[in-house]
Amino acid sequence: MLEDYIRNKQKEKDILLMAHVVMGYPSIEETFELVQTIVEAGVDLMELQIPFSEPIADGPVILQANQAALADGVRVDDCFRLARKITDAFDIPFLFMTYYNVVFKRGEERFFAETRGAGICGAIVPDIPPEEGESFMAAATANNIDLIFILAPTSSSARINYLARFGRGFFYCVARKGVTGAKTDFSSELDEFLARCREATQLPLALGFGVSSKEDVQFLRGKVEIAVVGSQALRLLNTNGTRAVGDFFGKLR
Amino acid sequence: MDKTGYYGTFGGAFIPEILSTTLEQLQLGFQEVKEDPAFWSTYQSLMSTYSCRPTPLTYAENLSRHFGGPQIYLKREDLNHTGAHKLNNVMGQGLLVQRMGKTRVIAETGAGQHGVATATMAAKFGYSCTIYMGEVDVARQRPNVFWMEQLGATVVPVRDGARILKDAINEALRDWSANMDTTHYVLGTACGPHPYPEMVSYFQSIIGTEVREQILRQSGRAPTRVYACVGGGSNALGVFSGFLDDAEVELVGVEAGGQGLETHKHASRLASGHGSVGVAQGYKTYFLQDDDGQMLETHSVAAGLDYIGVSPILSAYHEEGRIRFEAATDEEVLEATRLVMRKEGIIPALESAHALAGAFREAPEMNGDGVVVINLSGRGDKDIFTIADALGDTAWKSFITTKAEEYRA
Repeated sequence: MLEDYIRNKQKEKDILLMAHVVMGYPSIEETFELVQTIVEAGVDLMELQIPFSEPIADGPVILQANQAALADGVRVDDCFRLARKITDAFDIPFLFMTYYNVVFKRGEERFFAETRGAGICGAIVPDIPPEEGESFMAAATANNIDLIFILAPTSSSARINYLARFGRGFFYCVARKGVTGAKTDFSSELDEFLARCREATQLPLALGFGVSSKEDVQFLRGKVEIAVVGSQALRLLNTNGTRAVGDFFGKLR
Repeated sequence: MDKTGYYGTFGGAFIPEILSTTLEQLQLGFQEVKEDPAFWSTYQSLMSTYSCRPTPLTYAENLSRHFGGPQIYLKREDLNHTGAHKLNNVMGQGLLVQRMGKTRVIAETGAGQHGVATATMAAKFGYSCTIYMGEVDVARQRPNVFWMEQLGATVVPVRDGARILKDAINEALRDWSANMDTTHYVLGTACGPHPYPEMVSYFQSIIGTEVREQILRQSGRAPTRVYACVGGGSNALGVFSGFLDDAEVELVGVEAGGQGLETHKHASRLASGHGSVGVAQGYKTYFLQDDDGQMLETHSVAAGLDYIGVSPILSAYHEEGRIRFEAATDEEVLEATRLVMRKEGIIPALESAHALAGAFREAPEMNGDGVVVINLSGRGDKDIFTIADALGDTAWKSFITTKAEEYRA
């Protein structure tokens, strides 16, 4: 389903944008307004992050948003309710992003059934490789949730080919080593990595980690189907507020 | 699909894809040294010339008499170079780093013992070194921060999360995700993704191998019970490794009971019954967490035990019933510290004093012909500020006040 959506969108746009918000940051109400602003700015897909206390793949900006939401008492139940409200109101695909313990504690089957119930169509869970995720993947499939796996430039082609067997919807390629939010020097080295990804899968590719400007998005045109922008928008939210985030996305491509 | 590094249903490697190749390389590197008999003898010789291995097993005659029960022996890991069992693991990984050709090491630290040990190893092997330490721990373990810096390490106070050991681990994992080409992550305990639990307990097994031979020689028999404190679990796995196959030896792990289990201000994942199975920091084990899977704040007077998770290997032994878990409160720990100082002239680390407190609680009820081994995992000099505070020593307070005035002048 996600794949079809992406293919269709590609007919009108040469690169799609995926945004990211942390649910409950700065508050549940403000998250809704933020999502509305970003959708109105023309973004094509969005990750809704369920906050977790130990987000090891995230850098300081997203990490602090996770912590602030939890310190405010945001519960996983609140996130499901908010997600339902968001998917009812807006007509783009939404994905959950979270860490495996949140899924595990709720129960894999229950988590994905509720994910489907909230109108969410995919999930990105960066700390569960397929080797550990047999029942996790089965529960997602049973509930028709596309699991987005992450491909990394440090991985061998054999490893990328292995991961390619499990993904649905699209693959999330990370532009570089490290965590979210740090600067990325977009260069031709990326081409070699993306070529290896293309060889491994027919699915669309998204690229994230350090995508923060119109120039970055321009650079990615023709290389990947989706540019993912996370930390930079959150940084803007922190310094200039919701409207600035809308302006930013409106001018990204 | 193969799942590796499991102990019962615990362990595994739950890590972001960016680290998967690095962990695979580490696994291969560790496999190689494990199969190379020359490596262990290099390691042993390093530990006997650079540190004080084998560390002695001390018969605690006065304590034994005091309790009127079993014969009590103390395994003296406090006499290791840098003052704790931590060096066993660190030097082993240091040799491995040499083989892997990396030039930089990073580590997390709670009490600071593992940080000091890593900084020491880095100085000796010529690696550059960064230590992540929660801001709360930096404040309560300043002397160790001082020594790490003197040894040439950069100490980074971690200001996110609860600002303690778990947050330092997250930060070290983030650093590693970016710098794995040059950098090895020297994880300090038998936790984290595979192969860390196996590798750290492998290096710590040097304690168990020694103590088994020593107790048989010195007391003529296998111990009735062996006690060790349990934070992440590395010293416990080390000392227990000598007796796992002796069904008649009872193994007791003592966790941090903090202000009492009923207050929920503790770090007891297993004995309290408050822990539940979860996945964080790269592995599956019992964690102190809420219904949503968010990690809870932990409490202990001993920074080195103040941790949300526990070695997956220990969780497996807990479920099997091979190891019994107890908790000792801050108060019991200070009492045990005081007693062992007065009776034996030994200053234990507050972490290690949990094992003492656990043993002292049970010793009076034990049979007189029993033999007890307590792993004294580290020495207590580093805890001088905490212990002096807890004992309310007025002369110490006035010394600090005078010193502060001198600095202010």
